[in-house]
Amino acid sequence: MTRPPRSVDERRAIRQGISVAIATAAYGISFGALSVASGLDVWQTCALSLLMFSGGSQFALVGVIAGGGAPATAVASAAILGVRNALYGLSVRPWLGVRGPMRILAAHLTIDESTAVSLAQTDLGARRVGFWVTGVGIYLGWNLTTLAGALVGDVLGDARMWGLDAAAAAAFVGLLWPRLRSRQAVAVGVASAVVAAALVPALPAGIPVLVAVVVALVVGWTDWLGARPTKAAA
Amino acid sequence: MTTWHVILLASILVAGTKVLGHLAPAERLEGPRPRRILELVTVSLLAALVAVQTLATGTALVLDARVPAVALAIVLYRLRVPFLVVVLAAAATAALLRRLAGWP
Repeated sequence: MTRPPRSVDERRAIRQGISVAIATAAYGISFGALSVASGLDVWQTCALSLLMFSGGSQFALVGVIAGGGAPATAVASAAILGVRNALYGLSVRPWLGVRGPMRILAAHLTIDESTAVSLAQTDLGARRVGFWVTGVGIYLGWNLTTLAGALVGDVLGDARMWGLDAAAAAAFVGLLWPRLRSRQAVAVGVASAVVAAALVPALPAGIPVLVAVVVALVVGWTDWLGARPTKAAA
Repeated sequence: MTTWHVILLASILVAGTKVLGHLAPAERLEGPRPRRILELVTVSLLAALVAVQTLATGTALVLDARVPAVALAIVLYRLRVPFLVVVLAAAATAALLRRLAGWP
């Protein structure tokens, strides 16, 4: 296949994609180690990164399992956290220009980072190349570092003595942080954290997190603390 | 459900949702309200996971070495320290408090 030479915009998209891929892949190590510490074996850990391929959902699933939550709760947490990927698909598909089986591949690579890098480009070609470079780069890197992290986690022993439980909490903070850009988002985050913590002694493990989502449904439906500031700030 | 069932079922749901975003009729998920709700659901779930992962041990609320570790993580994110460095710093904080200071 011959292709025209890359434009300046496309080369910039490639550079951005590669740097985001490297940064993201690096924390696949923490996922791999945490997953093994939660009781999954190396194969199960790698299967999650290959098949699910969505960092937040993967951390949530192993977090619920580590906390002693029921299997259905672990599935529900991962699935709900993965719903945002559908929005990303809607955002990128008008200009991605793929059809047939390639759409399935594009869908699997549609995650926070590939969407963010591609939407940051202004030129159509740069958007497409940014999406694919970031998506493929993270897929390869994330799966390799997951394996490395799982192998490391396997030899660590007692996860708490290495602070891996604190690392999991810090990882969730890191996934949450970039989303707290509006007053509404901050309010929902604080309220959800309080609701979940308050319900911990009252409900089976894992369920308080799911109940806390009601906060988002209520605030989102009514647009309470309605978010003009988000658009103005962006 | 075995652990493999959990992994496969959750993976099918998450990957299936991605496919839905690329193939489903767009009208269903567009408009400001569905978008806002979906974005806030992500915030809500992540914030709840932070709280539970920091404070819960099974169904008990516990203040242990995770609390200062997460507080440090929040400070470091505010200072725009990269994700991996923050996660390692949080782990090191909890590990050192437990090993050297005898924290729970």
